[in-house]
Amino acid sequence: MTTVDNLTVKASSKTLMAIKTGKRPKNMGQIIRWLLLFMGGIAMVTPIAYMISTSLKFPHEVYNLNFIPDEPTIENYTYVLEDGRFFGWFKNSLVIATLTTISNVLFDSLVGYTLCKFRFPGRTIIFVAILSTLMIPTEMLVIPWYLMSQSFGWLDTQWGIMFPGLMTAFGTFLMKQFFETVPDDFIEAARIDGLNELQIWWTVAMPLVKPALAALAIFVFLGNWTAFIWPLIVTNSMEMYTLPVGLSTFGDEADVAWELIMTGAAISTLPTLVVFLVFQRYIIRGVVMAGLKG
Amino acid sequence: MATVSIKNLVKSFDKTEVLHGINLDVADGEFIVLVGPSGCGKSTTLRIIAGLEDVSSGEIYIGDKMVNNLEPKHRDIAMVFQNYAIYPHMTVRKNIGFGLRTSKLSKPDREKRIDEVAEILAMTELLERRPSQLSGGQRQRVAIGRAMVRDPAVFLFDEPLSNLDAQLRTQMRLEIKKLHQRVKSTIIFVTHDQVEAMTMADRIVIMKDGDIQQIGTPFEVFHEPANMFVAQFIGAPSMNMIEGVWKDGSVKISNNLSIAMKVERQIADGTKVVLGLRPDDLTVGDEQKLFEGTVHVLEPLGAETLVYVTVDGREVIAKASGRTPPKMGATVSLSADANNMHLFDAKSGEALT
Ligand SMILES: Nc1ncnc2c1ncn2[C@@H]1O[C@H](COP(=O)(O)OP(=O)(O)OP(=O)(O)O)[C@@H](O)[C@H]1O
Ligand SMILES: [Mg+2]
Repeated sequence: MTTVDNLTVKASSKTLMAIKTGKRPKNMGQIIRWLLLFMGGIAMVTPIAYMISTSLKFPHEVYNLNFIPDEPTIENYTYVLEDGRFFGWFKNSLVIATLTTISNVLFDSLVGYTLCKFRFPGRTIIFVAILSTLMIPTEMLVIPWYLMSQSFGWLDTQWGIMFPGLMTAFGTFLMKQFFETVPDDFIEAARIDGLNELQIWWTVAMPLVKPALAALAIFVFLGNWTAFIWPLIVTNSMEMYTLPVGLSTFGDEADVAWELIMTGAAISTLPTLVVFLVFQRYIIRGVVMAGLKG
Repeated sequence: MATVSIKNLVKSFDKTEVLHGINLDVADGEFIVLVGPSGCGKSTTLRIIAGLEDVSSGEIYIGDKMVNNLEPKHRDIAMVFQNYAIYPHMTVRKNIGFGLRTSKLSKPDREKRIDEVAEILAMTELLERRPSQLSGGQRQRVAIGRAMVRDPAVFLFDEPLSNLDAQLRTQMRLEIKKLHQRVKSTIIFVTHDQVEAMTMADRIVIMKDGDIQQIGTPFEVFHEPANMFVAQFIGAPSMNMIEGVWKDGSVKISNNLSIAMKVERQIADGTKVVLGLRPDDLTVGDEQKLFEGTVHVLEPLGAETLVYVTVDGREVIAKASGRTPPKMGATVSLSADANNMHLFDAKSGEALT
């Protein structure tokens, strides 16, 4: 779940509560606002509720569009968890998403820091070049990536799945912007105190942009956790699949096993929840720290 | 401890030259204050000494070593910045100890050194706090502690007190002065506040537009200003400047007003000159009367009163007693001792006395 979802859910539940407790809306504008939020909330929550509901159904009931299963069962969960493939995919996804996140946090910020705090010839050109890659859609890059992986022998490997995302233009841009908030005096003071540039980046600049790093970590982790097209293309063997790719193969040609896919999806939201909860703390702490800076 | 020498320092940013050949020799253990209006190049000079900026031409010596090509960390200097530059994510102890990260001291020795410095700055109880839990004055002390801990040969301060309120500023001024007497390091201190300059400095360097106007002790720059700029910059309220023409040993201000002056050097008759009179030296009274005027503003300061007097169409500021000030609109006589008058060349601005 992303922050936006979370907020909307909170907002719409507030609306619900207000309606329940019979608090009267003050004017037309407020009614419309509530209505919009309510609809937004419904739109966000329905798929999740439906996913969980489906995961609790027997196959024959899946195509009935009822929210409450007639005969709830946890059989799907035992099946998925006992199926050896699921854990393999889960592990692949976890390794890939984690390594990619670490790599982005380190290298996006290293490049962002350099572009932000050093003056050197070609700096603007490099920055513009990085930004311009944001305008190329992934779909267009998939074929060059594939050809590249093929010639390097990276097809059907974890490295092959990871390499395009190890650094992102967006992350670099984000970090460059955040490093603008680190006063130059901090850096110069550390320079006088005898730290080298890498140490300054790590011990002075990085701790000061923790909130941005946390946001970046959440984005990158979620993006890689849910990535589908590229992992699907670059992998061949079932053992190499990531979770989303693996889940899509549940069932046979004739019949997609939706109840199993939904079960897998429900389980796979757990790590994203953990990542969000862990890093959210830093975001909040970052805001508090910024507020106290005199 | 070390001397600092700046020789023919020129600095340009892109094509604009901001320092036009600075020469300065700082003695070992001396407290030097660079002062001047905003944008005159004080910070730039300091940053060049620190090695944070390169010179365009000229040489910087710390001790006998030419340091133009040395990294800041190899120059044996410490710098305190205007906004403290202490790290919000570290405790006071870590902040003070930061300067020791690269030193060869053992861990216990480092801790001892940090405690020593904290003791001197009276902030032992604050060591485990974070900067956000400190007042402005305490933060400034942490910044000073961080500079002290390495025991550098030269301390550089860039307007360290300008973020503090007036009272705290006076207090920190004293503390820095005491600190200097204690550690006896060379200090180069930048400020645009002439009171700070006067009270702290062994010698003051007055700068304007990238040039040094005068280098001298507080006494010298106050009583023997080298030119009109220095005369007006140092001292508050500013020196009264009255234009006139030199004629027969007097300054002829207007057809019916002439003031005689003793001047040692020869001045050609007809030279345009400016007579300088500090408000402190120009008193309301008849003893050594120079001229008369009408009082139009009174500023009581307690012990004394500043009197704004219109003389012959121009305004001068004089001083009167705080107990018996003149009345608004009254005609008063203004007196000054001939020894306390300054004379400047109107064209060059150079002092003629
Ligand atoms: N990095 C820079 N790039 C271009 N010009 C600069 C740079 N740093 C300073 N200058 C210019 O150099 C001149 C001197 O600046 P400096 O900061 O030394 O002034 P200052 O005397 O410290 O002023 P203040 O009292 O306002 O701090 C100014 O005109 C300023 O605009
Ligand atoms: Mg400055």
